[in-house]
Amino acid sequence: MKDMIIVNPGLHTTVQDKGRWGYQEFGMPVTGAMDDYSIRLANILVGNHEYDAVLETTLMGPEIAFNIDAVIAITGANMMPRVNGHIVPMWRSLLIYKGDVLSFSFSKEGTRSCIAIAGGFDIPTVMGSRSTFVRGGIGGFEGRILKKGDELSVRESNAVLQQIANRIIPQKYIPDYKESCRIRTVLGPQDDCFTEESIDKFFGSEYHVTNEADRMGYRLEGPALEHKNGADIISDGINLGSIQIPGHGMPIVMMADRQTTGGYTKIATVISTDIPLMAQLKPGNKVRFERIDLQEAHRLLREYEDKISAIKSYVSSNQLEPGKSKYFSVKVGGTSYEVMVEELK
Amino acid sequence: MYEKGRYLISGDKGLVIEFGNEISEAVNKKVRNLYLAVKKSQTAGIFEMIPTYRSLLIQYNPIEIEIDRLKEKLMEIEEALDSIDIPKPRILEIPTIYGDEFGEDLDFVAEHNGISKKEVINIHSSVDYLIYMLGFTPGFPYLGGMSEKIAAPRLKTPRTKIPAGSVGIAGKQTGIYPIESPGGWQLIGRTPLKLYDPKSETPIILQAGDYIRFKPIDRYEYEDINVLVDKNRYEIKIVME
Repeated sequence: MKDMIIVNPGLHTTVQDKGRWGYQEFGMPVTGAMDDYSIRLANILVGNHEYDAVLETTLMGPEIAFNIDAVIAITGANMMPRVNGHIVPMWRSLLIYKGDVLSFSFSKEGTRSCIAIAGGFDIPTVMGSRSTFVRGGIGGFEGRILKKGDELSVRESNAVLQQIANRIIPQKYIPDYKESCRIRTVLGPQDDCFTEESIDKFFGSEYHVTNEADRMGYRLEGPALEHKNGADIISDGINLGSIQIPGHGMPIVMMADRQTTGGYTKIATVISTDIPLMAQLKPGNKVRFERIDLQEAHRLLREYEDKISAIKSYVSSNQLEPGKSKYFSVKVGGTSYEVMVEELK
Repeated sequence: MYEKGRYLISGDKGLVIEFGNEISEAVNKKVRNLYLAVKKSQTAGIFEMIPTYRSLLIQYNPIEIEIDRLKEKLMEIEEALDSIDIPKPRILEIPTIYGDEFGEDLDFVAEHNGISKKEVINIHSSVDYLIYMLGFTPGFPYLGGMSEKIAAPRLKTPRTKIPAGSVGIAGKQTGIYPIESPGGWQLIGRTPLKLYDPKSETPIILQAGDYIRFKPIDRYEYEDINVLVDKNRYEIKIVME
């Protein structure tokens, strides 16, 4: 029997890493984890390389039986992870024992969680990446979403498990996924194809995420935008976060599994540091786009990278005292809550 | 064609250099030349490029290279484009078996244009097609240059499954399906080459800016090449001129 058994795959669970970079000129989609922040923090917690492969789950997480002792971390959307039925904290490295079962509920906040495991998944790379490209049937676990009965192997971690367990992310770094959010963009590359009014409308209106929102792109609905001379251009390159406006005037935000080229006008591009927020939106959520200049976007990116470095050094030097946590059942207004308290080392 | 490249912002990690607003070999050649020159320059901070019909999308890490510096550098390269040595595009030979079960619509294409099957094959295989770009699916070439004498409308009802390697015609375009997929092109033949093989060292053989030439082969040659391709021992022929 392998190290991890998928008892229940959840809605859409795939193996993802940084993505299959280097082949876009050949028409190969990049893929990779939708939420850059969550994959990196999950891996940092378990002592892996920041972009080691993780399991990316969507809305409803999987149920996984462990056949080994391991250290895992869960970041991103809150799907109420449990080990052997007990709620366990997210944004923290957790010690798992052979025989334990990890399970999830439907997401309360956010859309995608990352599950990292110390040592990383033992999965071959295809074209330099372990990311699953589902439409192309390659990468990850047999090129597809996980299904019941799949067995995954884990590479042995170099670390002593006890020493990397119970590491935490400080509260201030844990994102808060809201029903409506503000997404920052830089204008272009085809903003000149739109009327002034349409550009004002784009930044002045609220859009909602439709049901057609997946790893490839998010179709939004709201006030329709008008083109000066039609929606079609000679196909050109598409970037992560490109916001296409086809003839119907509704935005499509291009995400991890996006095609590499396309023939629709692109009014603006979501900035790199807001892609993780975008990735956590679900159908019905509201978005307002904001326009910032390129210099500001680059400043935010440097700030984001500094933040991740700060988290990394915090994580490697702070650990909770094991065994000092206590669970309580609390009833408030007739509803039962499970509460855990613990002290810092 | 524009006098100078237009620099467009494609997010905080992307810069597009656009050379024209038309599909033409001259504009596409500029794209290819800039792509090769930038590659040669080994500019730190540029991590990937996507050449398309009339523009080049450059993906860069702004922490490694400041945008102003990057633009400066690219403009320098653009300025010097005409004076640097750029290798001629390759002409890749695509062995193709036409008709019968390999190209079920060859009859239709011939009838539609009022010519014989042989003539369709001759016309189709007598031109070198420019690969303007790759996209749509991994390894799918957007080709230009097909004769209107063999143009044919798409199928009214697309096929649900078209084998990898199928060569088809849709309107005034010709193309090759790199992977098995649904599609509405009129199929006239098939190549035994694997245009997309994720396990290979060169997963995708074709490259934007190259040309391809279809070479008619018979059933025996098809089988022979097929065997070599399966053993990973077939070397694509590059036409020397």
